[in-house]
Amino acid sequence: MATEAHVQAPETWSPIFGRLTLDWIPYHEPILVGTFSAIVLGGIAAVLLMTYFKLWGPLWRDWITSVDHKKIGIMYMVLGFIMFIRGFADALMMRAQQAMAAGGAEGYLPPHHYDQVFTAHGVIMIFFVAMAFITGIMNFVMPTQIGARDVAFPFLNNFSFWMTVAGALLVNISLFIGEFARVGWLAFPPLSGSAFSSGPGVDYYLWALQIAGVGTTLSGVNLLATIFKMRAKGMKLFDMPVFTWTTLCTNVLIVAAFPVLTATLTMLTLDRYLDFHFFTNDLGGNAMMYVNLIWIWGHPEVYILILPIFGVFSEIVQTFSGKPLFGYKTMVWATACIMVLSFVVWLHHFFTMGSGANVNTFFGITTMIIAVPTGVKVFNWLFTMYKGRVQFEVPMLWTTGFIVTFAIGGMTGVLLAVPPVDFQLHNTLFLIAHFHNVIIGGVVFGVYAAVTFWWPKAFGFKLDDKWGRRTFWFWCVGFYFAFMPLYALGLMGVTRRLQSYMDQAWQIYFIIAAFGAVLIACGIACGFINFAVSILRRKELACGNDPWNARTLDWATQSPPANYNFPQDIVVSGRDYFWKMKQDGFKWSTNYSDIHMPNNTATGVIVAAMALVFGFAMIWYIWWLAAISFIGMIATVIAHTFNYNQDHWIPAAKVAETEAKGEVA
Amino acid sequence: MTMLDTPLTGRVEGPQGPDHHPDHHHASPTPIGFWIYLMSDCIIFASLFAAYAVLGNNFAGGPGPKDLFEPGFVLAETALLLISSVTFGVAMLKADKHDMDATTMWLVITGLFGAGFIGMELYEFNHLIHIGAGPDRSGFLSAFFLLVGTHGLHVTFGLVWLCVMIAQIRMKGMIPANMQRLATLSMFWHFLDLVWIGVFSFVYLVRLI
Repeated sequence: MATEAHVQAPETWSPIFGRLTLDWIPYHEPILVGTFSAIVLGGIAAVLLMTYFKLWGPLWRDWITSVDHKKIGIMYMVLGFIMFIRGFADALMMRAQQAMAAGGAEGYLPPHHYDQVFTAHGVIMIFFVAMAFITGIMNFVMPTQIGARDVAFPFLNNFSFWMTVAGALLVNISLFIGEFARVGWLAFPPLSGSAFSSGPGVDYYLWALQIAGVGTTLSGVNLLATIFKMRAKGMKLFDMPVFTWTTLCTNVLIVAAFPVLTATLTMLTLDRYLDFHFFTNDLGGNAMMYVNLIWIWGHPEVYILILPIFGVFSEIVQTFSGKPLFGYKTMVWATACIMVLSFVVWLHHFFTMGSGANVNTFFGITTMIIAVPTGVKVFNWLFTMYKGRVQFEVPMLWTTGFIVTFAIGGMTGVLLAVPPVDFQLHNTLFLIAHFHNVIIGGVVFGVYAAVTFWWPKAFGFKLDDKWGRRTFWFWCVGFYFAFMPLYALGLMGVTRRLQSYMDQAWQIYFIIAAFGAVLIACGIACGFINFAVSILRRKELACGNDPWNARTLDWATQSPPANYNFPQDIVVSGRDYFWKMKQDGFKWSTNYSDIHMPNNTATGVIVAAMALVFGFAMIWYIWWLAAISFIGMIATVIAHTFNYNQDHWIPAAKVAETEAKGEVA
Repeated sequence: MTMLDTPLTGRVEGPQGPDHHPDHHHASPTPIGFWIYLMSDCIIFASLFAAYAVLGNNFAGGPGPKDLFEPGFVLAETALLLISSVTFGVAMLKADKHDMDATTMWLVITGLFGAGFIGMELYEFNHLIHIGAGPDRSGFLSAFFLLVGTHGLHVTFGLVWLCVMIAQIRMKGMIPANMQRLATLSMFWHFLDLVWIGVFSFVYLVRLI
């Protein structure tokens, strides 16, 4: 095809620039040039504003080098929303393309571009939107829920965040230098091997995920150690809030599953770079081993995304129903069951591999079983609402939207768990509709709910109610318009990732779906307007430390919390301890003592910046730069270990002053 | 303040002596954190073992284990690594007595054994590639090189850490922060030993029967 010609730049290699040549800069693609100009202009404007208001110093001191778990949590959320815009732009492009490209029409996206768009959409939404959001929420909320001052390893937390950012930046750089992968979000070989994808696209994919993966794994280790070792005195495991429980199970999954991803991507990298034969067609490679390995990570991954959100909804339901969560223990056990079962269902992603009736039956049944604990949770939420004084504040609105939508998505999932049905629906739009049904209805609704719920804790004022409701209704209605047609199309046999199609009878469904996407775009816009409006009206919207009359310790701090969270150590006895404190008329003592806190450090961001350079150099075969940046990373880390002064004490007088200020506010 | 590897917690025995300070009721999270990290590392190795199990017979007409592996050589390699674990144990005993010089000496001995192990592995890899049995020859050899090479990289990293550790002990003495680091490095070193026993058994020994 004519469009293919300019994508494949000639394979040349120079010692200085590796295989990077001017041919790889897509200055002839109007969409990309436009995007690039917008980003550059926006960037310049941001730099000028920052300089004018003298914000560089505070940004560096208070945020970039901060080891405060709350600030890192907020930065994860910012990263998530920024990448959300990018990922959603990809979604709109796909919806527009498929609404147009019927009956011989080619649409406006040539295949090589369309394929990059759907790959980037999946990769960004999972790794840099959903993962960033849930890591952000866990970071912000969990330590305060267990009465801790920070996470177990604050420096590591900062480092994890910046590694995630480095991965996200690599994906975005691929937009303007070279190309992104055209192989789908899981990059199955042999298509993603060097024989069929020789360009830098797959290499961008591999290095972005490896670098971000380091951050994710370390963050998992960190949060687990935090829950095990940093709980307030007296807090038993079964005294922990449900959100902390789901955080615990999620991080067990992260620590157990992400290493498999690391190993698998390493094998693909070696296949591509050093001519190994793990997944090649020739010389004893086995491509299906990749599919097995990647889904051994991939299935737990979807539970990594949804479990913390289950926790979020549990906190919200009990708060706005004004009563303790129904079935706390069953909720915990259901979470633990899902955690274990999520490792024995991976093969349902490829029943069509042909591993035989027995194997497919086993995985079909385990998949149906995993729906049971999820059902337990749904009933627990419903029974919590039953006979409660339910207040339909915005977070509660998202929760009810979630329960209905997620239940539908869950049921289509059980349909797909039946192997004979799956043989019909495998790789169709039915599958696409199913997982968007659970991920949008679950994770996205949950993130909006969590942001609305904990925003007052983070900033001291509520989000605007009206714009919050608009956001919800556009999202909820938009979702049904966008994805219900895809179920129908999937049943008609329409496969995923089609750049164009002949049958014009399908077009109307795609047009309805595109309309739904526009509604969702309105929802996203309302969400951002909500942030802006609320920040402008923050004086009016200011609220106390406990605006929702909540039950858990995260609400016992000031809003926003002081960097040490709690002025004194709390001794916990029992569940929903903050509720009990309120009943007992608890007041902080004015007898403060010094508080021990970690120092901020620039090491994390410096090492991550070098990792970014290293990734870029590896992608473009610039070996000298790769060597230098790699040695730089190791040297910086070693130098960091020679700094023994990594903490300080906040004097009692300073604590007293901060606490006095908080009371006035 | 004083020297804490992990801020916030850890036992502090500085001039202020706030070991009983009200803000310090947590035990250090470093040991359990490092254990969790080791478990995740273990899963990386598990994936590589799985790949070796799947691809282990895909010779693609090339050489197999019996053509390539020499039991005596691997046994010597294994002995070097196992002995290095023992010497590290001795170093820990000396460290417990706060004997800085003896600790340093035993750490150096450990490092020499580790370096000997890496030297032998590099020699083996070089030899295999030289006779046309490199990782690009077959799926079996790809899986072999990655599994054994990943272990080797870990040991190399352990050696770098060992050098840094020795420097830090000499500079700062046997302070609590260094004792904790030493204990962590010791866990790492023994963990690599354990993984090697798996490699020795499943990669070499079983395939030679």
